[in-house]
Amino acid sequence: MSKQIKAVALISGGLDSMLAAQTVIEQGVHVEGINFFTGFCVEGHTHAIRKKDKAKPKRNNSLWVAEQLGMKLHIVDIIEEYKDVLINPKYGYGANMNPCLDCKIFMVNKAKQWIQENDFDFIITGEVMGQRPMSQRKETMPVVARESGADDLLLRPLCAKNLPITKPEREGWVNRELLHDFSGRSRKPQMALADEFGFEDYAQPAGGCCFLTDKSYSKKLVDLWETRGDKDYDLDDVMLLKVGRHIRPNPRFKIMVAREEGEARFMTGYKKTFINMNCSTHRGPLALLVGEPNEEDIKLAAKILARYGQGREAQEVGVEVRLLNGEIQQINIKPLLVTEIPQAWFI
Amino acid sequence: MSLYTLDARRLLCPLPVIRTQDKIKQLQVGDELEVTSTDPGVMQDIPTWCSINGHKVLETQQQNNDYIIRLQVGE
Ligand code: SF4
Repeated sequence: MSKQIKAVALISGGLDSMLAAQTVIEQGVHVEGINFFTGFCVEGHTHAIRKKDKAKPKRNNSLWVAEQLGMKLHIVDIIEEYKDVLINPKYGYGANMNPCLDCKIFMVNKAKQWIQENDFDFIITGEVMGQRPMSQRKETMPVVARESGADDLLLRPLCAKNLPITKPEREGWVNRELLHDFSGRSRKPQMALADEFGFEDYAQPAGGCCFLTDKSYSKKLVDLWETRGDKDYDLDDVMLLKVGRHIRPNPRFKIMVAREEGEARFMTGYKKTFINMNCSTHRGPLALLVGEPNEEDIKLAAKILARYGQGREAQEVGVEVRLLNGEIQQINIKPLLVTEIPQAWFI
Repeated sequence: MSLYTLDARRLLCPLPVIRTQDKIKQLQVGDELEVTSTDPGVMQDIPTWCSINGHKVLETQQQNNDYIIRLQVGE
């Protein structure tokens, strides 16, 4: 009996990796999925935090893809190791803080290690030549294969016909003729293939599935690094940049104001870590003060916070401030007018 | 067969799923694992993960703010 050929597919939860995996499954290869969790992934955390997402099913798209394709999925926590990729990307960042090329190289390299440890034969990605400006250009496709160490064990079924032949094709593990030649930014070939496979309801996240491609998130990350004076971060930092309005009146501190109930609930978990406050005389959101605010800063934060509560038009609003030493202060302030909060303060 | 527990409270998905997966790697077929989490997302994600990876969910329940899933390790 001939040996069952096995491949691992990098699964992001999006359509392309789903199609790539299915293309190879159809050829009789045993495929399992691998999903890397960097901490910056849009789903999961954000769904749990934001109340407005409650109407949508809280599905994890990578798990959903694996379920649809009937394959196992291994989710790997790479939060720690990913720091170096994000902080020191050899190939730099994309339009925002997304180090896509380094990220791809890193993930394919991890997949290479995984296939060696698990006795699998090759790696599948859903990359399409010309699809993304940074990591999926004609020139960068060989870079990913080479620098990840995967070399010709990396098969991109959606554009394989545009690329040099790989080992799985050469060895006859997959039939090159049945692979694809997609290229460019059009999504039509993917949609057509999805139809052919009978896939419906697949994820098409408008902003991609990574916070690092988001402009406003990236701005907050840069602000965090600049004010802290170093680029290190932990998972709490990553998560807190996803929630609330962030307003920085000066380098000493920023105020994070919850935008809705789900965020407030999430931020409540950080009450022991940060000075926090909310209006005591009117309904209003919770705010965390991140940094080292002085007394005047705390007063200013209270005035900003009151702007977002029901007492915004009142002459005086009471604010309860909870300090880190456990002390609770009551201060009365007049909420700032919209015009008194400069745009430049919003991160 | 032994019964194990995993405290995945205060973690948001997919971390409770990852912790469950990593814990199961150390267990034997037939062992039971009870995972406690505070993210309601686990009620969907852990059963899905179990079904695609061949493990069996025996019971799910909510106790105050905790979501508890008892599962049995499969092949
Ligand atoms: S968008 Fe870029 S940085 Fe984010 S996970 Fe994808 S390749 Fe990595």
